[in-house]
Amino acid sequence: MKSAVLVFPGINRERDMARTLKLVSGHEPTMVWHAETSLPKGTDLVVLPGGFSYGDYLRCGAIAARSPVMDAVRKFADDGGLVLGVCNGFQILCESGLLPGILMRNARLKFICHDVHLRVERSDTPFTRGYNAGQVIRVPVAHGEGNYAADAETIKRLDGDGRVLYRYCSASGEVGDTHNINGAAQSIAGIVNERGNVLGMMPHPENHVEDIMGCTDGRGLFAGLAAHLERAA
Amino acid sequence: MEHQPKITPELVASHGLKPDEYERILKLIGREPSFTELGIFSAMWNEHCSYKSSRIHLRGLPTKAPWVLVGPGENAGVIDIGDGQAIVFKMESHNHPSFIEPYQGATTGVGGILRDVFTMGARPIACLNALSFGAPEHPKTRHLVGGVVAGVGGYGNSFGVPTVGGQVRFHTRYDGNILVNAMAVGLARTDGIFLAAASGVNMPIVYLGSKTGRDGIHGATMASAEFDDDSGEKRPTVQVGDPFAEKLLLEACLEIMAKDCVIAIQDMGAAGLTCSAVEMGAKGDLGVDLDLDSVPTRETGMSAYEMMLSESQERMLMVLKPEKEKEAEAIFRKWGLDFAVVGYTTPTKRFVVKHGGNVMADLPIKELGDEAPLYDRPHIASEPLAIIHARDIAPPLSIADALEKLIGSPELCSRRWVWEQYDHVIGGNTVQRPGGDAAVVRIEDGPKGLAMTVDVTPRYCEADPFEGGKQAVAEAWRNITAVGGKPLAITDNLNFGNPERPEIMGQFVGCLKGIAAACTALDFPVVSGNVSLYNETNGRGILPTPSIGGVGLLDDFTKSATLAFKAEDEAILLIGDTQGWLGQSVYLRDICGREEGAPPPVDLAVEKRNGDVVRGMIHAGTATAVHDLSDGGLLVALAEMAMAGNIGATLDAAPSALVPHGYWFGEDQGRYLVTVRDSDLLGVLSKLKAVEVPCVQIGKTGGDAIAIAGERPVSIEALRSAFEAWFPNYMAGRG
Repeated sequence: MKSAVLVFPGINRERDMARTLKLVSGHEPTMVWHAETSLPKGTDLVVLPGGFSYGDYLRCGAIAARSPVMDAVRKFADDGGLVLGVCNGFQILCESGLLPGILMRNARLKFICHDVHLRVERSDTPFTRGYNAGQVIRVPVAHGEGNYAADAETIKRLDGDGRVLYRYCSASGEVGDTHNINGAAQSIAGIVNERGNVLGMMPHPENHVEDIMGCTDGRGLFAGLAAHLERAA
Repeated sequence: MEHQPKITPELVASHGLKPDEYERILKLIGREPSFTELGIFSAMWNEHCSYKSSRIHLRGLPTKAPWVLVGPGENAGVIDIGDGQAIVFKMESHNHPSFIEPYQGATTGVGGILRDVFTMGARPIACLNALSFGAPEHPKTRHLVGGVVAGVGGYGNSFGVPTVGGQVRFHTRYDGNILVNAMAVGLARTDGIFLAAASGVNMPIVYLGSKTGRDGIHGATMASAEFDDDSGEKRPTVQVGDPFAEKLLLEACLEIMAKDCVIAIQDMGAAGLTCSAVEMGAKGDLGVDLDLDSVPTRETGMSAYEMMLSESQERMLMVLKPEKEKEAEAIFRKWGLDFAVVGYTTPTKRFVVKHGGNVMADLPIKELGDEAPLYDRPHIASEPLAIIHARDIAPPLSIADALEKLIGSPELCSRRWVWEQYDHVIGGNTVQRPGGDAAVVRIEDGPKGLAMTVDVTPRYCEADPFEGGKQAVAEAWRNITAVGGKPLAITDNLNFGNPERPEIMGQFVGCLKGIAAACTALDFPVVSGNVSLYNETNGRGILPTPSIGGVGLLDDFTKSATLAFKAEDEAILLIGDTQGWLGQSVYLRDICGREEGAPPPVDLAVEKRNGDVVRGMIHAGTATAVHDLSDGGLLVALAEMAMAGNIGATLDAAPSALVPHGYWFGEDQGRYLVTVRDSDLLGVLSKLKAVEVPCVQIGKTGGDAIAIAGERPVSIEALRSAFEAWFPNYMAGRG
């Protein structure tokens, strides 16, 4: 695995992400500054980490989406490369047009940081092959704007095409309003693009990968990615 | 040349300078000061910056230990934790601004303390805070809680530091003057600590960070005055925080420090450019020439006076190695930050400020700081209050009913509503999240961990300043001990009323003596701190609130203890002596409606002995769960352990020698609840006996309720619903 972690001004989980990628895959990622116009040669995974790029003073992710490096990311994705955006990274992917929809303020208008349960909707993707379909995992969220929204047609297509990979749910896997922590349409926590090579998700699997964190459920996502890329290589 | 108002007694008074202080200025400089100079003096000589009422007493605090690398007087304190690693930490108040404008007041409080820490070369690894609000029923309280919590989170979350612990309290004495105390903790290399003292003549002084605007002018002066009903009109003196700019400033500063470009660095906090430039020069025995025409400004037409007094946030002043100036500039430009050479060091020991080609100020630099007024204000000790005996108090409720009521009370209920708005997991190092005795954060990749807590019991301090001061330090020490940490040092944030009133000054002096006594006895020195006086509105002072931020070390974070019950059928041990002390207890106040009596005394030798034994049990692996006893006493602590572990307990009745409500809810000090496995019980008991630490088994874990012999069992579910309900209900207007 040869991953690149993008660093936009104001991003703050890039160190968490880099540490997790190293821990799970054994390979140190390359940190790529937003002003770069190309990705390191041989990159097989691009990660947009969480944080508050440009302070999120405009719509969250809107300015980062227009960074020089994003043209290279678009090309990389067009060529089929794997792109993972977490939290602010998800917001940036939506703003850059790589994923449909937007992330609005949480329904209760407050920043929320606590563990949530996610139902893994399918396991036959590079982003979920470390899990079983229907498996419930526990990972933390930390966001003020994670309320996923899109027009009805888009939501229908996401659902119908199996592009929702992660949904907020109860500990036993039920999906419904009481477990939908931020008001997201259809309890969506993570989606992929049409081609299935770009994932955006609000929760932080990178923060649940060691016993010290109280849970290691996040490992599966990265282990699955690493296994997928090993096989491809 | 810009307009210079005539210096009149009214103008002097409006700068917060007393007539005798103005006389002192005249004597010092031998002429009438210019308007800009008057502003500079007011900034340097206000209470907030000069510590003029407190300095004389602060000298009595113990500040040394073999592991203390930098004590009070710098941006933050520094301690050595071995392996070339240092912990840099400090706590600071932002009380007045937060009352006027809660969101921005809180954000800039957090921003200011983070800057203090990374100015010294440390990457912040944790934040904590201590928040004191007025009574829940006061019309402003809900709005202030919402705004402050959102502000604390808004800054820390965006900056990217986990907020891992703190205190939230309510009391009517904070109705008109809330307290927002923010603590930041950072990790540095012992050979990479940066200080404020400039060195070398003709060195470039560089301005870094955000631009200077008209915000916060006279903020420090406001912070040094009492409030009245029109304080809302002081809103323009509150600054606006920009965590994004601060995050860039952090990364840029750490980068140029790593490249060895920096000789001296000082953040622009209270009194902005004035205070930072004077301190750099004065500490280095040098003069400073500033040319304000080079200062990056946000607005046009700013006067020298405004620039010198602006408290715009996210700014730094540095003395750079001249040969590294270009390299440092390139790094700052990369991060999109302003970088300007605004002056030079000089051999003159004078502070010279030029603007538009004119000299606007020319003052002796050492005297600006060192010759600030120093007051030994009259102080009278508080009258000791009578000791209240539990047998003289009629219990209004059964033990079970009182427990349910207390656990769902504003004082003791869960703070989840608060800390779930703070990102407490960023960094991937949070071993113990909020809700325990102390937060624990892993140091880099381990195995070391850092335990941190903020403590004070203001009602004790009010009732007996000396015992209250002792207790605040002892509780911080106890909380660190309860997770298995070795307590190393504290930062203190001393919030009091108007020091010109002898009874308030008496509280201050008493608390400081208590703090000093406890720090000495527990080998727990003060390495940084902040004093906030004049916390009064319309002549009514706050409860004396010396917040103590403690830091301790775990050699192996995986061996930290938590308060949750771990398994059924474990023995529950009560360690420490129980008399049933109800004076100043939460029970007496919130169940009996009596806020009175002497607070529980702290025997520091006993405190140390008991704590050392408990820490030993944690390290030996015999303590499966540990919780210190504080507000609410034994039964509240036990309920917290049961809820956290989702395991109940069966308890023996109160010993016949004690009045039951005194036993269950008394707040005797120096106590812990510890669970041990059956197989370890005899060994533990005989060890405790050998070292003469009082210890009794009070029951066993198990079941889904707290069942005291002869009392109605209280289910964990009922406790939890009461515990979790109050805060969200209150904030939603349902409480």
